Amino acid sequence: MEISLIKNKASKQLLWIGIGSIVMFFAGLTSAYIVRKAEGNWLEFDMPLWFTISTICVIASSATLWFALQNIKENKSATIFLIATLAIGLTFTFSQVQGWDDLVAKGVYLTGEGSNPSGSFIYVISLAHLLHLIGGLIALTITTLKSKLNHYSKDNYLGIELISIYWHFIGLLWLYLFLFFSYS
Amino acid sequence: MSEHHKETFITKYIFSLDHKMIAKQFLITGMFMGVVGMTLSLLFRLQLSNPGESFAVLEFFLGEKWAPGGVLDPNMYLALVTMHGTILVFWVLTAGLTGTFANFLIPLQIGARDMASGFMNMLSYWFFFAATVVLLSSLYVETGPASAGWTIYPPLSALPQAIPGSGLGQDLWLIAMTLFVVSSLLGGLNYIVTILNLRTKGMTMMRLPLTIWALLIVAILGVLSFPVLLSCSLLLIFDRSFGTSFYLSDIIIGGEALHNTGGSPILFEHLFWFLGHPEVYIILLPALGIVSEVISVNSRKPIFGYKAMVGALLVIALLSFVVWGHHMFLTGMDPFLGSVFTFTTLLIAIPSAVKVFNYLATLWRANIRFTPAMLFAIGFVSTFITGGLTGIILGDSALDINVHDTYFVTGHFHIVMGVSAIYGMMAGVYHWFPKMYGRMMNKKLGYFHFWVTFISAYGVFFPMHFLGLAGLPRRYYTNSAFPMFDELTNINEIITFFAIIGGLVQLLFIFNFFYSIFKGTKATENPWKSNTLEWTTPVERIHGNWPGEIPTVERWAYDYSKPDADDDFIPQTVPLKKGEIEH
Ligand code: HEM
Ligand SMILES: [Cu+2]
Repeated sequence: MEISLIKNKASKQLLWIGIGSIVMFFAGLTSAYIVRKAEGNWLEFDMPLWFTISTICVIASSATLWFALQNIKENKSATIFLIATLAIGLTFTFSQVQGWDDLVAKGVYLTGEGSNPSGSFIYVISLAHLLHLIGGLIALTITTLKSKLNHYSKDNYLGIELISIYWHFIGLLWLYLFLFFSYS
Repeated sequence: MSEHHKETFITKYIFSLDHKMIAKQFLITGMFMGVVGMTLSLLFRLQLSNPGESFAVLEFFLGEKWAPGGVLDPNMYLALVTMHGTILVFWVLTAGLTGTFANFLIPLQIGARDMASGFMNMLSYWFFFAATVVLLSSLYVETGPASAGWTIYPPLSALPQAIPGSGLGQDLWLIAMTLFVVSSLLGGLNYIVTILNLRTKGMTMMRLPLTIWALLIVAILGVLSFPVLLSCSLLLIFDRSFGTSFYLSDIIIGGEALHNTGGSPILFEHLFWFLGHPEVYIILLPALGIVSEVISVNSRKPIFGYKAMVGALLVIALLSFVVWGHHMFLTGMDPFLGSVFTFTTLLIAIPSAVKVFNYLATLWRANIRFTPAMLFAIGFVSTFITGGLTGIILGDSALDINVHDTYFVTGHFHIVMGVSAIYGMMAGVYHWFPKMYGRMMNKKLGYFHFWVTFISAYGVFFPMHFLGLAGLPRRYYTNSAFPMFDELTNINEIITFFAIIGGLVQLLFIFNFFYSIFKGTKATENPWKSNTLEWTTPVERIHGNWPGEIPTVERWAYDYSKPDADDDFIPQTVPLKKGEIEH
């Protein structure tokens, strides 16, 4: 019992400290953006509409995941909600790719002739975020499978808790990035 | 964790999950890289003392291509400097030092059977190993290894066509460094969680030995600052390989104008030094921790001002995030901003001085046992003072402008970081060798090693300050092109002389190390009469560390020469006597 308590606590701590690292990673990127922007020669453009859809996905998927956690706490199956979260997560991925397409259509390029860091930053930062989200999708898939196989119960749902913390964090991170790109 | 399973050669020595074995893997890899890094520096020292002269060793190591006729090729000079810095800063003094002592000491000194996650720990080593292989392989590529300096400033690092070393060598450098950062993050996460959760009963935070405090803070610094290096190199990789312009603007190379516009190399410096400065403390803090422990044990006195020592570590760590600008006074920075960075930088002198005075107060009128470990610890205090004083000069923007990018800076950071941290590492190895291998290292060789190292280290780095004051720039292939530096040739000869002596004597250390593993006199359980928990483990090092129950802790780690005690040390496991007050 005691060992498993320590394990619970330690896994969450591990995740939180890892989140601290990820925060620093994006803090580095976004402060680079600010420093670079202050130097002028900067293109102004609106965020693609698809990124708004991404934002809606993030909020919706956090909601479904929240229901998953509530369900398992009441000893009900979380599988449905986990699958929903997974599906919305995939939609998010799709919307990001569409968003990049939109940017290209607007003449905002990642690289090459005519590209400018103001555009490249958006691509690189959103790509870095997407990779973190895909990491989450992989973990979510595993959690969903385990849930399907009845691995979890009201006394044992650490896996769902951990993915919840991570997923909400990644969602929040997107919200921050979206507001940052739109208004900074 | 305590269940016993059969160990094969592979699980015991190679893919080991045992923290003590992983520590040794880090140590030996670190020592190997130390020899490589040192050899590289001796090669370019030959060019600096005897510019353009032919040496058979150069041809032997570098071949006809990079040392035609035994004369060092200018591009290879840059590559050697870069690889030397990278290897020493990251491979030896970050992974070699922290990887060894965090892995070895954390479970043993806090009373745990192993790290929180043995698997992550093993991964951490193997990522490090992979990084090592990639970095070393870059020594063999056609265009030579990375040559943009350990700080890999763009545009040299961002344009593959800039100089030979900007090509494949730089790519491999970046891959190696990414693997390295992953290894550090895995290790750091594990150290933090282990220290916070797996302390034995009675081991409160304020009873922790200072080694553990230092390692905890280093791990926190690492998980917060290495990601910024990753973000910095992510943008660099995009510039290099995918044609973005984060760091590049208006560049004409080989008569051809590049498309890049709008980038800024200064941006790179901000990001790099945001990691870079905490990194120098990542290197220093474990040494501070080790030295605190070694000085207290061998002074037979409690460390002076334990709480102040912990506080100073915390303050140094915090401040290290707000001083990066002192590397950039000459980048056209607003002078007002410069003076802000001067202010924050000079603030670091306060906690640093606290540490120094506490060491001196611990040594003051102590009954000192001059073991080799103790000599290196005292040597550390010496170099930390010498290097700290020049730091104050460099931290002052008005003074720094005169000596930035000269040998003055090289002298400063080698003494305060390079030599100090190496002394800390040596002190640690001599001190904990009996616990690592169950045998003692040869003391006489240890003394000889210390004194020759001590004299030659000062012989190498002290004169560099004068070179710098005379204006000699660092990282130049030759000084002979400028008549104004002709008078400095002698100094450069002296430096190279001491560098060779200092390098050779490290071979003696390595001999002593390996000889003692097999042939040293057998160690007892607690040869230094020390209080900390690791000395209660049996000499035969076992999986799980303690054969029975894990001992509980009853007091802090520094009850040496306590009045009214029977002995001059009281291990942490001994309960307080009736009426005895805890320190
Ligand atoms: C009183 C404390 C210290 C102060 C005020 C200080 C200040 C400085 C300043 C201002 C520079 C930049 C000089 C220039 O490039 O013109 C510098 C360089 C450097 N310092 Fe310190 N320093 C201190 C202690 C340390 C410590 C403790 C370490 C490492 C353990 C360290 C490592 C370095 C390194 C590695 C560089 C050179 C980096 C490079 O350009 O390659 N310093 N220091
Ligand atoms: Cu610094």
